[in-house]
Amino acid sequence: MNNSLSLNRRDFIKTLSSAGAGFVLAFYLPSKELLFANSTHQALEFAPNAWLKIDTSGLVTIIVAKSEMGQGVRTSIPMIVAEELEADWSRVRYEQADLQPQYGDMSTSGSRSIRTGMETLRKAGATAREMLITAAAQTWNVHRNACKAERGFIIHNPTGRKLGYGELVEAAVKVPVPENPSLKDPKEFHIIGTAIKRIDTSDKTDGTAVFGIDVKVPGMLYASVVRCPVFGGRVASFDATKAKAIKGVRDIIQIEQTVAIIAENTWLALKGREKTEIVWNEGPNTNLSNSSIREMFIEKSKAMGAVVEKLGNPSSAFSTATKTTEAIYEAPFAAHATMEPMNATASYKNGKCEIWAPTQNPEWIQRDAAQALGIAQKDVIVHITLLGGGFGRRSLPDYALDAAKISKAISVPVKVTWTREDDMQHDWYRPASYHVLAGAFDANRNLIGWTHRLVAPSILGQRSPDQIKDGLDRRACECAVEMPYSIPHVLIDYQMANTPVPIGAWRSVYASQNVFVVESFIDELAFAANTDPVQFRLELLKRSPRMSQVVRLAAEKAGWGKPLPKGHALGIACAKSFETYVAEVAEVSLDEEKRARVHRVVAAVDCGIAVNPNTIEAQIEGSIVYGLSATLKDEITIEHGRVQQSNFNDYQMPRIDEMPKVEVHLVKSSEPPGGIGEPGLPPVAPAVCNAIFSLINTRVRKLPLRIA
Amino acid sequence: MPSFTLTVNGRRHDVVVDPEMPLLWVLRDILGYTGTKYGCGRGLCGACTVHLDGEAIRSCVTSIEFAADKKVATIEGLSHNRSHPLQQAWITEDVPQCGYCQSGQLMSAAALLAQKPNPSDADIDAAMAGHICRCGTYNRIRRAIHLAAKGDGQ
Repeated sequence: MNNSLSLNRRDFIKTLSSAGAGFVLAFYLPSKELLFANSTHQALEFAPNAWLKIDTSGLVTIIVAKSEMGQGVRTSIPMIVAEELEADWSRVRYEQADLQPQYGDMSTSGSRSIRTGMETLRKAGATAREMLITAAAQTWNVHRNACKAERGFIIHNPTGRKLGYGELVEAAVKVPVPENPSLKDPKEFHIIGTAIKRIDTSDKTDGTAVFGIDVKVPGMLYASVVRCPVFGGRVASFDATKAKAIKGVRDIIQIEQTVAIIAENTWLALKGREKTEIVWNEGPNTNLSNSSIREMFIEKSKAMGAVVEKLGNPSSAFSTATKTTEAIYEAPFAAHATMEPMNATASYKNGKCEIWAPTQNPEWIQRDAAQALGIAQKDVIVHITLLGGGFGRRSLPDYALDAAKISKAISVPVKVTWTREDDMQHDWYRPASYHVLAGAFDANRNLIGWTHRLVAPSILGQRSPDQIKDGLDRRACECAVEMPYSIPHVLIDYQMANTPVPIGAWRSVYASQNVFVVESFIDELAFAANTDPVQFRLELLKRSPRMSQVVRLAAEKAGWGKPLPKGHALGIACAKSFETYVAEVAEVSLDEEKRARVHRVVAAVDCGIAVNPNTIEAQIEGSIVYGLSATLKDEITIEHGRVQQSNFNDYQMPRIDEMPKVEVHLVKSSEPPGGIGEPGLPPVAPAVCNAIFSLINTRVRKLPLRIA
Repeated sequence: MPSFTLTVNGRRHDVVVDPEMPLLWVLRDILGYTGTKYGCGRGLCGACTVHLDGEAIRSCVTSIEFAADKKVATIEGLSHNRSHPLQQAWITEDVPQCGYCQSGQLMSAAALLAQKPNPSDADIDAAMAGHICRCGTYNRIRRAIHLAAKGDGQ
């Protein structure tokens, strides 16, 4: 959201005058209503910038220019604007923005919405508040310094007179937009920092919430799209005779290297798909397999990669060490498996394309759709629906491009719905990785040396190879570099090991596996030094007070060092990711079949200023479950160039009967806000695996966790 | 194609479709009850759960032929105004994150409470383990079911 805040004064006046005397029209359309009906309503409204509007009844509408995928952004963004506006929270509602340039970066990823948007959103609210104060002062003919804003009213301090925001709309639209509105002292926050209920819960309990898959456009058809099961394969030929004989199957067409079956409903499209005989040219990757990829990783691991971080003199530290420890760690490819399979609806008409998509990145859809359709970007309109889970998968535009291309080809609006199997086998997976580590101790058992060679495919290297210089992708080394631990001699190098398997951001991205590796190995070193793992970390965290604090808090709340039920053990891990510090302690036991049972996870979180402790807690709970899934179950395997898993029978995830108790302890902080959608995830796997070591003295160095 | 009669949330519908067509797609694409979700198409995740004559079933693997002449209840029919104790409890506990699986979760929970007004944790596990929530709202689901059972979901 860079510099997209407010219209400057000149633009504001222009908007004002073009909208006619006395009122301003909001210049966006409420997308939810746009789906089904004509939504132009011309009411008197005060809309000083793109982020909010107030009607004459005093109802405040705050525009959410990010994607809601469960993280609660439709609540937290309005909270921030409403705080500075001094709104009455019970009179606040939200609207989802369509893709519009005035909102700046609308992509929702990297746990960024609050930490990068906070200032802009605060200023948006403050601007409106200052204008309302001026409007009231003018109405009363008093000095504005004698007036204050308070929960939906402007109050004249000396007399106690007050006017509601709704009553001030007509006057406020004529007030000049202030350039630098004053922001509130955080001590006076009464919305930010409170555990407010989510705005969007009710619609999610009665079936009225509209996800991408629920979009209906008049006259639309339904499509299923078949991709070659082997990555990089091409359509050799297809025979649609039998499929076209099914009544209601309208058309079967090849679009690039896919075959689309278009029908009168989803079921008929799927039936038509079954009867469509496609011959694939499977291409060059039919020999690709998990073992071939692993062999390549091992080969790469033998040579020095691009140096990512070097501190001190690691080689001399290791040559003078009195004790060294080495280990190899591995993590598999993982699928996102959002509950709502990929889908989108598109309507192409007369050189323009309207797209409805559950997307984390409407800009990417717009850019690629414009290119694919051969039209200008401004002629691609993107509506953002609710997302039935995102986790990074929905940052990619592939499913929306399916819909756009088919709609153009048949000149009819079309909804594309991927099957679960499509979703599982054509994901942009979390990269697999291979790690070689070593630690060195001096004679006093001080950890003096640390080396870590990361061998992993590069997301950037696959997507934009020209942006990779000298084989270095720093993002692939997230959380493996700039560790919070003070170790004098460090060498981190990266071996880019790309494969044809499509990869992408998967909740917490590389932190999800790098923290597993780093925090497991730190634990190994603690045991090698014969030191308690919490104590060992705290010794190394002396220069990281925020991390020390969460480690101490998690340990204390979990009862570290206190007696546990028989057969239970605790493990700890911590990480700073997305500017948020998290430590987690897992309590684990093994059942008769040596399967890990996680009973409890205690999380201590320092995310700076906590906007909504309720949604923060929910995000930590959710990240823990997603992380547990990766710890215990998630594994995509490749054989003959294709993904072997297909649905929830062979790609499993935790269910309610495996859910641990989760406790979230928030550190009170006035630091700038950190991210919250992802940072709860990385410590889960190492906390669980470290507990396993305490329990049975076996170190888990490969995910998912399987004990022989 | 044959014609089938279906009662959804007390309303009668006649549809002319392939007898094999799953109830899920009849509800969603033909009749517009989009609260019922597609998740896996194989009865593995529970997102499509509706009631058939009061019993929680997976509509993605239930044919229209089988469902015909029976009473179907979907999330839209759980109450007229979100007043079902489970809906109230879901709101009180702020259960949903993305919300996609919640229609199915609520329908299974409603069937559970109809049979066992005061379920134990083990009852909840047994009734709800057929559902996947990728956002990880399980603990809140459990709390909400207990809350609704106590009858003070408000």
